[in-house]
Amino acid sequence: MGVRALGWLAVLALIAGLGTAFGYAPREAVQGNVQRIMYLHVPAVLTAYLAFGFVFLGSVGYLLTRRPGWDRLAMAAAEPGVIFTGITIASGSIWGKPTWGTWWTWDARLTSTAVLFLVYVGYLLLRGMIDEPDRRARAAAVVGILGAANIPIVHFSVKWWRALHQPATLLGPEPSPIAAPIFLTLLVNWIAFTLLLLYLLAKRTEIARLEDMHAG
Amino acid sequence: MVRAEHIRKTYGPAPVLDDVSVELGTGQGLTLLGPNGTGKTTLLRILATLLRPTSGSLHIAGTDAVKEPDAVRGDIDMVGHGSWLYEDLTAIENLRFWAVMGGHDAGRLRLHAALEEVELDAVSDQRARTFSAGMKRRLALARVLLGRARLLLLDEPFTGLDRAGRKWLGEFLMSFKTRGGAIIVATHSFDAGVGVADRVAILASGRLVLDRPAAELGLEDLRRLYDELAMGPGATS
Amino acid sequence: MSAYLRRAWIVVWKDVLSERRSKESLNALLFFSLLLLFVFQFALGPERARVEAALPGLLWLGFILAGLLAFGRTFLAERENDCWEGLVLTPGDKSAIYLGKLAGNVLLMAVVEAVLLVLFAVFFGLDFTGALPALSLVLALGTLGLAAVGTLFGAITAQLRARELLFPVLLLPAVVPVLLASVSATQVVLSAQPLGDAAPWLKLLAAADLVYLVVGVLTFEFVLEG
Repeated sequence: MGVRALGWLAVLALIAGLGTAFGYAPREAVQGNVQRIMYLHVPAVLTAYLAFGFVFLGSVGYLLTRRPGWDRLAMAAAEPGVIFTGITIASGSIWGKPTWGTWWTWDARLTSTAVLFLVYVGYLLLRGMIDEPDRRARAAAVVGILGAANIPIVHFSVKWWRALHQPATLLGPEPSPIAAPIFLTLLVNWIAFTLLLLYLLAKRTEIARLEDMHAG
Repeated sequence: MVRAEHIRKTYGPAPVLDDVSVELGTGQGLTLLGPNGTGKTTLLRILATLLRPTSGSLHIAGTDAVKEPDAVRGDIDMVGHGSWLYEDLTAIENLRFWAVMGGHDAGRLRLHAALEEVELDAVSDQRARTFSAGMKRRLALARVLLGRARLLLLDEPFTGLDRAGRKWLGEFLMSFKTRGGAIIVATHSFDAGVGVADRVAILASGRLVLDRPAAELGLEDLRRLYDELAMGPGATS
Repeated sequence: MSAYLRRAWIVVWKDVLSERRSKESLNALLFFSLLLLFVFQFALGPERARVEAALPGLLWLGFILAGLLAFGRTFLAERENDCWEGLVLTPGDKSAIYLGKLAGNVLLMAVVEAVLLVLFAVFFGLDFTGALPALSLVLALGTLGLAAVGTLFGAITAQLRARELLFPVLLLPAVVPVLLASVSATQVVLSAQPLGDAAPWLKLLAAADLVYLVVGVLTFEFVLEG
């Protein structure tokens, strides 16, 4: 079946990702091997944004059509989104420790991601507190839409705020031009994470659909 | 005026309402009888477009009320358990608020006239907090008078009213019908509810077990049937 | 006046009238502001310099805490006597109700903020008079953003049992940008910096306010339903 194949593809891609991250990509001169965590950190944050994009899509879709399928999409995307955001923060923190000496810096991207994490954890908490499906879907959709609309605003406000206090940090991918092996490794891992997200989405919406069918 | 077909409402595995169909024309009154917890309030709220049915269709004055609830809400008014009262506002201020919200003329004369009709004009400047249950019910009816509702839904309107109050409410509902409005009263109180009805329906465990013109039924038979259903499963007799 | 504006206006009228009669929210909020002052003082210690340095942050901390209390109660009156149901059944565009409630909240916060400023001036010996016009602008833009989200989320959480817990959890992350921008702009206005420095923050606030208002107006009817 399609979903099963997607799952296997994701696994293969993840293995390839691990392989390139440790085997193919070069060892970074200044930061050493800990820099390899970037191949987890950057794809994770990109996939998180993709997941929240799906939350937005599902939210708008439900409000416009009231079809439960859209709400299932939003719900199914929020959980991995929060997890990938958590991975982003954790990997950013682990990356920062040897580099900067502390577990946390109020680095612009890390802070923005942390705010994002809080917004969508709140989203999931809200979902957990409403039993009636239609009310839950509507309430969650509104919070999801505001959360998504807020993403660029959060990004800019944190970036400017950060710029006031300290110069931009180096917790980012290599400045361009990016060397080919690094770019390739990033690409492979990003594809792997995206496939994983799509697989999780497909599986989760299917389970939710079956649950709804059984209940109603 | 109202046409509900195969209404079904589920909150989980067991349906609260199952395959309920109701039809009512203008100038008619329907009384929904049923013990508490059988889904009367749920059905009423669905008919008022406050709830969406899980499945089934609802047409009010010809418009699909499930797809376009806002289009029909101007035609509907409801008197439920609460009376849409803001306790810190006076009677006339409450009326003014709801008149403007409903898009109706909220001129002072008109508001006072409505209060007079429900015999509350003397207390027009008293805060709603001080009103008895009967007075609050009458204030809600004054609100209805200010509107243009063609369908009036009432949930247990007779509770808390004394004999005079019930008589008064009955007359109010009759005149509402005479002016061309349709009424649906949900009540578990047999005596009060049947008076205004052109049709009587009994709701038990989410299903409509009876739906007949009132004229056809003998009052005694109806009462016996209702008691049977009310005392049905779960009774200790 | 169009029916839409009349409805928004009557909501404001009703809320202001109710509040004037009962004085529930305003009294509690004003007293809360007084308490905050003491809490801030005790938390920061007796040196005035520390308070002055932290002033922009303290001000907005005070505003947000008051806002959490005020906005959470926006639809409290509607939960009694089925008034919420009455609002659902009103014909026409429901966003008029949102705007009315929003205006009421902004008015309430304006009073609380003015009082808080006076209290800060009195208790910490500060002088805001020079910066007042610019400060008012920052306060207006920031409060509008807080209230826009607060009113919307207040409606969402109004019917929940765990309202008091969930409302801050939802509101605070969402208004982080408003907080950052407002504090930064307040910092500029209260210090000797040129006012032009505050311009990017004010623009960000204005943009954010616009986004929140649009989302609120477009989605409120879905929150109000049933």
